[in-house]
Amino acid sequence: MKKEFTITVYTENQVGLLNRIAIIFSRRKINIDSLNVSPSEVESIHRFTIVINETEEVVRKLCFQIEKQVEVLKAYFNTNDEIIWQEMALYKVPTDAVAEKLKVERLLREYGARAVVIRKDYTIFETTGHREETDRLIHFLEPYGLIEFVRTARIAIIKASSGFHEKIKEFEAVEPAEELVENEFLNLGQTVFTM
Amino acid sequence: MSTTLDLLTNKETLPAAGTVVRELSGSQAVLEACIAEGVDTIFGYPGGAIMPIYDALYDYHDKLKHILVRHEQGGIHAGQGYARSSGKVGVVFATSGPGATNLVTGLADAMIDSTPLVCITGQVFAHLLGTDAFQETDVVNITTPVTKWNYQITDATEIPHVLAKAFYIARSGRPGPVLIDISKNAQIQKFNYEGYTRCNHIRSYRPKPIVRKEYIEAAAKLINEAKKPFVIFGQGVILGKAEKEFKAFIEKSGIPAAWTILGLSALPTDHPQNVGMLGMHGNYGPNVLTNDCDVLIAVGMRFDDRVTGRLDKYAKQAQIIHLDIDPAEINKNVKVAVPVWGDCKETLPQLTQLVEAKQHKEWLALFNQYTAEEREAVMEAALFPKSGEMTMGEVIQQLNELTNGDAIIVTDVGQHQMVACRYAKFNTSKSNITSGGLGTMGFALPAAIGAKFGALERTVVAIIGDGGFQMTLQELGTIMQTGLNVKILILNNRFLGMVRQWQELFNDKRYSFVDIQSPDYVQLAKAYGIDGSSVADRTDLRAALSTMLQSSGSYLLEVMVGKENNVFPMVPQGCSVSEIRLK
Repeated sequence: MKKEFTITVYTENQVGLLNRIAIIFSRRKINIDSLNVSPSEVESIHRFTIVINETEEVVRKLCFQIEKQVEVLKAYFNTNDEIIWQEMALYKVPTDAVAEKLKVERLLREYGARAVVIRKDYTIFETTGHREETDRLIHFLEPYGLIEFVRTARIAIIKASSGFHEKIKEFEAVEPAEELVENEFLNLGQTVFTM
Repeated sequence: MSTTLDLLTNKETLPAAGTVVRELSGSQAVLEACIAEGVDTIFGYPGGAIMPIYDALYDYHDKLKHILVRHEQGGIHAGQGYARSSGKVGVVFATSGPGATNLVTGLADAMIDSTPLVCITGQVFAHLLGTDAFQETDVVNITTPVTKWNYQITDATEIPHVLAKAFYIARSGRPGPVLIDISKNAQIQKFNYEGYTRCNHIRSYRPKPIVRKEYIEAAAKLINEAKKPFVIFGQGVILGKAEKEFKAFIEKSGIPAAWTILGLSALPTDHPQNVGMLGMHGNYGPNVLTNDCDVLIAVGMRFDDRVTGRLDKYAKQAQIIHLDIDPAEINKNVKVAVPVWGDCKETLPQLTQLVEAKQHKEWLALFNQYTAEEREAVMEAALFPKSGEMTMGEVIQQLNELTNGDAIIVTDVGQHQMVACRYAKFNTSKSNITSGGLGTMGFALPAAIGAKFGALERTVVAIIGDGGFQMTLQELGTIMQTGLNVKILILNNRFLGMVRQWQELFNDKRYSFVDIQSPDYVQLAKAYGIDGSSVADRTDLRAALSTMLQSSGSYLLEVMVGKENNVFPMVPQGCSVSEIRLK
């Protein structure tokens, strides 16, 4: 049976690795529902959080394929009850509407929202929560002229991950990462003659 | 270190005082890496973006043999042939853009067949990346799904350690192709070369899983209790250089062993426990008895669909033990009772130690019974026809008698491949070279060239169909120029035979675009200065094969075989292995 799985991948910080991981899904025509990539608590080690809807069997095999990549340290997969997760959302609404019609106080209390910016023309609210929670606030704000909405990918912490933080720090300390080399020549096109 | 800008303004960066370093160009560093890795032969084709490397190669020709191929696909297949016959890493050079895209088929082939390759492609100057420059292609992204690892170098200082990683990744663990794309500025750039250190560890990369003793013990227990154990083995035995360990294991345990197409030659074909080939066109006994055995021991193979047939009817009665170096292969296609992760060079001896010495005489006899049945129904007519058109099988049979199983046989893809693999005799490992997983027509001729360079002392026979030969026949030019001794045996049935066979059996004989014409191959060979002949008569076959093998140089022999012969046995698509058809 298909259900939502969160895949957590620890990797090196390398150009092209995102593609290498992404095509493991696209090759099998699996849609990635949400993807977050950022440095982990150890800066040279990056953490992917990938949400897909699949059977456990398929997810297990995907994780083996991900771990097979040279620059992947570890891939875990978890069901929703094994993780704590959040998404963050930003909502932009006309300040007029908010000021006149909306009981802002109720909004803030009920949705745990926060006003990030209040300007004459617009106000931006922010909230974090599960998908359904941030969705609910969209529906609530829609009648007040919601101008723009944006949501981050899921970030998740595995409940039973104690000790991994220490392991990963130790790993980096024993054998530090190689330096990332990027293309330093891209802005030199006008000054270099080549053929 | 000098940058592209420095190059053009002739600025030189001097090494810090007191350090003993040489100044090398990126190109020289590439070639120094090849030498340090023990590379003796490179297959390649020059072009604009790789010219600095070729310029450097001019001064290295006494240390590195470069074979100029006629097409980059030919180059990479030659690299594969070289890797497969020598057990070393094949090295291929190509230029950017079309040069690099022409490698893709070979990369995909090497990826699926776990062949160690390091391909070096030239790339446009780093500042031109993304500008649609002349012969610019996003090679790294095109090749990502078909490489074990790839990397783009834009700075020469990266070259030594990236190439060291490339060779290490290509050959270690489950081998595979690696592609390194080097921008032209990095090839030209001079830098302080501090020598080359071979790589033997990458912190995020585990080439070999840790061997778990409890699984070895569990596997041994299952094997010792088994009444009808059956070993199936693949290329893992060859890649792990574990032929001796494998033989010791089956000889002590007395278990019959069958091979996948890539496992062929890991165990001599005339070994009494070698019961034949698995899969779609494999032997009768191994296929039928897969669904009769009680313990199935898979060694270094990946349960390809051409081996398993219908999965829900595959060895359901058996407990499966799977020995593999790649954890992703275990439980991928079939559910395994005991996973034995690890290099079979290490796991097999441990298992051999724990298994009881047995004979399994009756069980082995059952395989032989099936063989006898298959011989009567299929092999007699295939190998020893008395009349009618020539068969592919009799050509292989005659060849066996002349080479005595000592030749390297390189096959292309199709009917001739199945027939050759079914009937060719092999005494030594690394002697069967074929495109198994990808099924690349056009593989054999260039792969045979590479195989010969990888094993110069051995006879190399490329067996090719009339379809496949026409896909890469330009490599006759490589043979001409190198004066290489490769025997080319074209089995010409004037059809794209395997597709025709399927159309006959499953599409009501609707022969849709399989009727392929051939040029005069003998004349064609002559144009390249290669001797050749064509035989259409059974009575001339033996002498013609003998002439081919005894000729001092390369030789092309075309054998006209039956137009509409089929390869049997056959497991039809969607059927279980035990539903294998003898006709």
